[in-house]
Amino acid sequence: MADQNIALMAHLMRRAGFGASRAEVEAKAAQGYDATVEALLNPESQPAVDEDLMLRYNPAYNQAAAIEVNIQRWLYFMINNPRQLQEKMALFWHMIFCAGHSKIDSGQEMGRMIDMFREHGMGNFRDLLMRLSTSPAMMYYLDNTESHKVALNENYGRELLELFSLGVGKDETFNYAEADVKACARAFTGWNNAPAYPPFPYGRSPWEFRYDPADHDDSEKTFLGETGRWNGEDIINIICKQPATARFLSRHLYNFFVADEVPVPSWRQTPPRDMELVNALEKAYFDSGYEIKPMLRTLFTSDSFKAPSARFARVKSPAEMVASLMRTVGEHRDEIKPGLFAISQEPKYMGMDLMNPPTVEGWHTGHEWIDSGTLVERINFASEYLGQTDSPGVRDMIDRLMAQGARLSPEQFVEGCIDMVGALNVTDETRQTLIAHAQRGGELRHGTDAERAEFTRRCGEMFQMLAATGEFQFS
Amino acid sequence: MASSKQDNVFAVLSLSGGNDGLNTVIPYNNALYRDYRPNLGIPADKVIPLNDELGLHPTMAPLKTFWDEGKLAIFLGIGYPHPSYSHFRSMDIWHTCEPDKVGVDGWLGQAMKEIDPQASNVLTGVNFGRGLPRALSKAGVPVASVGDLETYGLLTGIEGQDQRTEALDVFARMYGPTVGTGYALTYIRSTGIYALKGADILATAPAKYKSSVTYSKSTVGGYMKNIAQTHLANFGTRILYTTSPYNSFDTHANQAPAHTSLWTDVSVNVKNFYDDLREHKASDNVLLFMFSEFGRRITDNGSGTDHGAAGVAFAVGEHVKGGLYGTYPSLKPSDQEEGGNLKSSMDFRSVYSTILDDWLGLNPAPIVGGSFEKVRFL
Repeated sequence: MADQNIALMAHLMRRAGFGASRAEVEAKAAQGYDATVEALLNPESQPAVDEDLMLRYNPAYNQAAAIEVNIQRWLYFMINNPRQLQEKMALFWHMIFCAGHSKIDSGQEMGRMIDMFREHGMGNFRDLLMRLSTSPAMMYYLDNTESHKVALNENYGRELLELFSLGVGKDETFNYAEADVKACARAFTGWNNAPAYPPFPYGRSPWEFRYDPADHDDSEKTFLGETGRWNGEDIINIICKQPATARFLSRHLYNFFVADEVPVPSWRQTPPRDMELVNALEKAYFDSGYEIKPMLRTLFTSDSFKAPSARFARVKSPAEMVASLMRTVGEHRDEIKPGLFAISQEPKYMGMDLMNPPTVEGWHTGHEWIDSGTLVERINFASEYLGQTDSPGVRDMIDRLMAQGARLSPEQFVEGCIDMVGALNVTDETRQTLIAHAQRGGELRHGTDAERAEFTRRCGEMFQMLAATGEFQFS
Repeated sequence: MASSKQDNVFAVLSLSGGNDGLNTVIPYNNALYRDYRPNLGIPADKVIPLNDELGLHPTMAPLKTFWDEGKLAIFLGIGYPHPSYSHFRSMDIWHTCEPDKVGVDGWLGQAMKEIDPQASNVLTGVNFGRGLPRALSKAGVPVASVGDLETYGLLTGIEGQDQRTEALDVFARMYGPTVGTGYALTYIRSTGIYALKGADILATAPAKYKSSVTYSKSTVGGYMKNIAQTHLANFGTRILYTTSPYNSFDTHANQAPAHTSLWTDVSVNVKNFYDDLREHKASDNVLLFMFSEFGRRITDNGSGTDHGAAGVAFAVGEHVKGGLYGTYPSLKPSDQEEGGNLKSSMDFRSVYSTILDDWLGLNPAPIVGGSFEKVRFL
């Protein structure tokens, strides 16, 4: 049976980050759970990701317009950023505040948006909504650039309420009416970009947000029962004090960090899986004046999060699958080498085209990540990398197994491998099938060179089969 | 038309990147063409004439053989209203038939749902290439997506045939039906069995295949061969899809040599594809469609062309009524789409509607999102 401290720490690092190597999990477990949570919550206490090497080898990275380059840079951050929770929160916001390259058509703007989520994603929610509403990419993506005092476009006004803050409803009631959508959209008229039009056909040029008072509808509006000559910022202030906003954020945090929830459109009629934790998160939101970090602290230190039943209760997203595997096997960590580009395309093959969500509603998550095509991609990718016994992380796992004794029974061997790939939670059937397979090879030894080579081969093979399990699809 | 729409097979070769229609089907006697294409214009004596006005790019002689047989339909001025100049967005529009809002379901995904509502054949649709184009995407519709047919399967990273066979055996047992494991794991396991089944069946295709045709060693050549192999293996596959290398037709610079090699590759391998099917007497129920997300700018930029609007598309097949469909967009400045582009005169959803109705026997309106006048090429 796996060491419970190790299992808990592996769980924390999978959820609050993109996983960790076995050595890292052990080191962090030695530091203690609460200390590790605090380190995650205070990214400035950790070194920043080292971009110097990346820039030296890829001098165009900062200015590059190509979307592929920006996706590759983001994956490099996921794998290498010592501030793992910060990086995880960038993904969290990207999956809620959806804007896609298919319309924005500028890798640089998409990269800027992710940088904003990284930098401010653990700060104040009101501040974040202001940054979102002044993001040129978002203003363009949701047509606010097409919304004028004399010709209203409600797209951003609606999605800000429905998908970015209040949600459609809670506890079976509706959170806003159509009149609120209209008032919200009117308050955001004049919030647009310079240059005003997509930079076609004259080549791309960087956009900046521009507030145009002449195009702003300054008349009186009634929004969620409050009347005044509201501008966009007033609307955000009203949004942030709504209990619905606290509920919406709390459910999203639960869904992303604790366990797969029902799809968002069902939230009005389906109560949260864990009302107690959601209420605690809501309280943290209001007590702190809309700060996200105290919500995260409440979440990671809650019994619900730490309970063994929360482990492997979520299906890994493709980004988590790819980044965590690289962190586990120790490839592309603090080194620039060929091959990262190909790996950065893998999430797309698995159904998650990063920086290009299918719609503003984002990806369908949970078991909907999996279909027969994406499952083949996931299994083959994971088993290929976990089977590379010369990768530093895999080699380390094998050395640790060898250190468990001069001889390992097939049962000990299977148990050890399950533990090494992340204290996996496997069903009895899977365990018995793997033991039956291991028994055919008999006991494992590593006294001679030949035995060591065979031990290594069998470890690689067992890791590959574990990567192929249904259980490995969970985080 | 073939005797039974139940047997008809539809294959797509997507020309990713925005093919330059103006230099593909060339208005070679139009003085404006000469004015707008001082650097990239194809000389009239090099063009392969279709009539007095239009001719094919010089590399397209292999495709011209289908024209001579009356089996090549050319769709002129094809596009949609309010063109998008973004590769991604425009391709999405072609994939989902949703020009005004962002669509989720692909048109062929929806077609497969109608063809095989219970997903009883895991190989009703097969894509060649990594990652699924949105055209094929629809919840509950399994589609095999094959990077390389010769090596396709699960656990391909395991070296040694014996080890892999054994691992697959373990896999099948681990994914066997179990009770009380929760919805998500049960779902993943049944999906795994689908995938294994699909891979097992597909893996038999190359061994069954024998042909005197040699395809090019290019991506298009390889995948057109894979499409032929899959069709010839009689798995009941109805939709076959592949894409030229990503954005390969995006010829902003150095277009002349690039376009020449791109169309050599496509023409030769489409010809190989039908030669192959004909050798096996299996061409009768196959329709091939080729399109690109947009055409390119009328004026060349010196060495290439930038993103444009209307383009050309092609259909090849034994039951295609060969000829030109639609009207060639006018090059006159007053007739152009904003930004110096060709204005579309034919909606791609008209062609899709024809294919869905007359080839696959499906009701097109719910799939393409409305009624579009059919193009009578089948």
